[in-house]
Amino acid sequence: MGAVDRRTQAQVRTTDRIAEPWGERTPYGPGDPWPVRVDTRLADGVEPEDVDRWVQSATILHSNGDGLDIAVKDGEIVGVRGRAEDRVNHGRLGPKDLFGWQANNSPDRLTRPLVREGGELVETDWDTAMGRIVARSKELLAEQGPSALGFYTTGQLFLEEYYTLGVIAHGGLGTSHVDGNTRLCTATAAAALKESFGCDGQPGSYTDIDHADVIALYGHNMAETQTVLWTRILDRLEGPNPPKVICVDPRETPVARHATVHLAPRPGTNVALMNGILHEIVQNDWVDHEYVDAHVVGFQELAERVKEYPPEKVATICDVPVEQIREAARVLGTAERLLSTVLQGFYQANQATAAAVQVNNVHIVRGMLGKPGCGILQMNGQPTAQNTRECGADGDLAAFRNWTSDAQVADLARVWNLDPMDIPHYSPPTHVMQQLRYIEDGSLRFWWVQATNPAVSLPELARVRSLLSQDRLFLVVQDIFLSETAQLADVVLPAATWGEKEGTFTNVDRTVHYSGKAVEPPGEARPDLDIFLDYARRMDLRDKDGAPLVKWHDPESAFEAWKECSRGRPCDYTGMSYDKLKGSGGIQWPCNEENPDGSERIYVDGKFWAAPDYCESYGRDLVTGAPLSQTEYKAMNPDGKAIVKAAEYVPPHEIPSEDFPLQLMTGRTLYHFHTRTKTGRAPQLQAAAPEVWVEMSAHDAELRGLAEGDLLEVATPRGSLRARLRVCGIRRGTIFVPFHYGYWDRPGGHEPDEAGRAANELTITDWDACSKQPIFKTAAATVSLVERSGGAPAPAPTTTGSRPLSPDVPPTTGGPDAQVRVDLQTATAGGAR
Amino acid sequence: MKIGLALHELHRSENELAEKLLHVSDRHKADHEVHHLARDLARWSQRHVEELAEAGRRYDVDLNPRPRGETHLMARARDKLSDAVGREPQASLLLLLDLREVYTRSAGVSADWELVAQVAQGVKDTELLALSKKCHPDSLRQMRWANAKLKESATQVLVS
Repeated sequence: MGAVDRRTQAQVRTTDRIAEPWGERTPYGPGDPWPVRVDTRLADGVEPEDVDRWVQSATILHSNGDGLDIAVKDGEIVGVRGRAEDRVNHGRLGPKDLFGWQANNSPDRLTRPLVREGGELVETDWDTAMGRIVARSKELLAEQGPSALGFYTTGQLFLEEYYTLGVIAHGGLGTSHVDGNTRLCTATAAAALKESFGCDGQPGSYTDIDHADVIALYGHNMAETQTVLWTRILDRLEGPNPPKVICVDPRETPVARHATVHLAPRPGTNVALMNGILHEIVQNDWVDHEYVDAHVVGFQELAERVKEYPPEKVATICDVPVEQIREAARVLGTAERLLSTVLQGFYQANQATAAAVQVNNVHIVRGMLGKPGCGILQMNGQPTAQNTRECGADGDLAAFRNWTSDAQVADLARVWNLDPMDIPHYSPPTHVMQQLRYIEDGSLRFWWVQATNPAVSLPELARVRSLLSQDRLFLVVQDIFLSETAQLADVVLPAATWGEKEGTFTNVDRTVHYSGKAVEPPGEARPDLDIFLDYARRMDLRDKDGAPLVKWHDPESAFEAWKECSRGRPCDYTGMSYDKLKGSGGIQWPCNEENPDGSERIYVDGKFWAAPDYCESYGRDLVTGAPLSQTEYKAMNPDGKAIVKAAEYVPPHEIPSEDFPLQLMTGRTLYHFHTRTKTGRAPQLQAAAPEVWVEMSAHDAELRGLAEGDLLEVATPRGSLRARLRVCGIRRGTIFVPFHYGYWDRPGGHEPDEAGRAANELTITDWDACSKQPIFKTAAATVSLVERSGGAPAPAPTTTGSRPLSPDVPPTTGGPDAQVRVDLQTATAGGAR
Repeated sequence: MKIGLALHELHRSENELAEKLLHVSDRHKADHEVHHLARDLARWSQRHVEELAEAGRRYDVDLNPRPRGETHLMARARDKLSDAVGREPQASLLLLLDLREVYTRSAGVSADWELVAQVAQGVKDTELLALSKKCHPDSLRQMRWANAKLKESATQVLVS
């Protein structure tokens, strides 16, 4: 831990937050408030008193939603400081937040629009760039209609921007081809909540950590994906009466190392595992029958289904010791305040929705909802993914309206002053993998991509590149850097990012934060909202009375419009305003007249948003994905109760073979976000995890005569890449490759120059039929030796799930460049707040 | 008693549905969800075929427990064709026709299970009735899947 800073006071220290990603412990007990710890990182040579102003915002490089202030000096961002009064983080920040802001100031930011001329991207002005987009839009609308136009957005814009995009695409153009890259991170979270509760909306609150006696993390390496939330758990674990931790993960993650029970199932078998656990819960009658009788439908079906999954059978399917299944079930079944969290190990795996729904089922049958410590966090992967969902920019309609309900579509048409027929609702909004298919068959000919990098992040990259580089596709990319995808575009629009524009966004536990504009965007870069408003104006989109369809002109007026759209819906924002959010520590929706300060918990006293005329979704068949009709739903759940849905285990579509004997999972590391467009430009983060690697167990390495640091070729039927080997605690038969590494900082630019580097060269094109989330956690793979290590270890962090077994690997540190100021006192350190 | 007739008919229609689904899976490799799901759902019908053969034995009805397969060569030819036409709009029209056929065939299977369930009740064969109760919902799910896929795909194919 860092030395005492003698210039200030005894409680102020500095810590190397690359070496110690979670920082210092502040232990606390059940029901106690989580102590404040303020983390500050300023550019070298800048002291808190040098800062001109602090501008309120929240974190943008993960989904946790930690409140922070951006430090501004001489018109530039010079650092960040956690907000002590924020309900989410109580002042703490994670390594990506502490160092990632530097990417804003990168010299290679896009500063002018680009258009393709003679095969090359050349600089141009906004008029020319927008003119081309509008001309092509109008041409295709005339020739084919709205089915030719598609939008692929992100989980990193702001609420105001998604809402505006949704209105333009669904209402103005009339296309149903609108999705976000949230499809890759949070689609299953939304789908699972819709299946169990008839509606999206998080049944948990981060404060449940303060009360829980058992915390179960399913496929959720929280220590790396939401570092500050994990810090909260670590602080509980070091305090009096710590909670028990259940971890389901094939890797030996930091979470697994703290677990009371760590289950490491064979990839692709989560549903079998969950059915085994539920089998024990039902058999031992750890069921709250009073709750189930009063508030639940479908319990009998579950009880019947799980009879087929006794622990002995499940142990064989999952390759997990039978005692561990029993022990995990006992801990879950006897918990008094159970908090469960779920992420990509379930969402990006075989039978994603079915597995995530079984986690909900544990809570429903145990009556553990809507009380302190009793929550479910079906997590998000991105900072503003919740808004993509709420605002109807990711395959849903705005404010959780049900596309199969004529009444709800009519209500949306009322808000937008359109005819209901103007809003396409004849089928679900088109998910991204299906949009790709339409690009492939030539029926989708205009694709507008914002703040995401499908040429690295979607599965089976050889296919994706071949689709995106077709001449018949008009590709627009709106981004802050010339990403791999942008390099394939016909028009590139330079966008402003976090800190350079105003707006709001919402995290996984429904906390809404205001994010202010700290500095001017570079060059001619524009806020995404301004770009959308400009497009709507140039397209002359009108409502049914001939007035402009988009009736707002800036972030605050967009927020006000959104409030009206959300009125009376579960995600009700009507009680909020910019003024109320400014200076606040975050407000949880629903926030309305009834709940003026927001709502910490929903689903209190068994009340749900599942009534047939109100719910967002009638649900789907968990295996076939076929949507239920209104009639079917009404018959099943006339009174809007919680829904227990059972599912049979179905094996993954690609299983290991003689040629491809291993199971490949892709995933993330603590120090990077997505395709490294920002974190790769932050020196401390880039140095901590500079290059791709592949993880393997000691058993598998020995079997093949391989050792730490050896350069391997990893191959699947789709492609291959080269990576150095990290021998670590991952389960046998399984390998892991982080997906952050593409080609923008390699000679190939947007594609491999020699050997592949991106994990998605390997992945399979397959998705969960229910949530349409692609599968990244099961692909059959093989490895071969390219070259011996020569003593150098794999370039993987030692602080994380990739911790080496070999004691000879030097530990990951950040050194003098990674020092972070830690204030363990209350929020008084430096500068005006 | 014509129970053998009903079992024969159902055995035939399940076999044909399984074959059709495998055929659809092979032909639409570029439509990945259809490709994978059709294969999963074919397995349901194949399982039913096995279970029907078991049930038939009690009525001296000789039903082959092995689901009908198709020659490897045929499937491979279709694979190749599927790759080649994946980028043509006609492939999508073919998809609609195929899904329509899965829908009508699974409706036929569903009706056949209805008949078997009725006859099982008539002769008080609780075992056969239980089999019908277990398998019939699968046919309905296959039917709903085909219908949902049709609904989801039709607009883009037909207006573009």
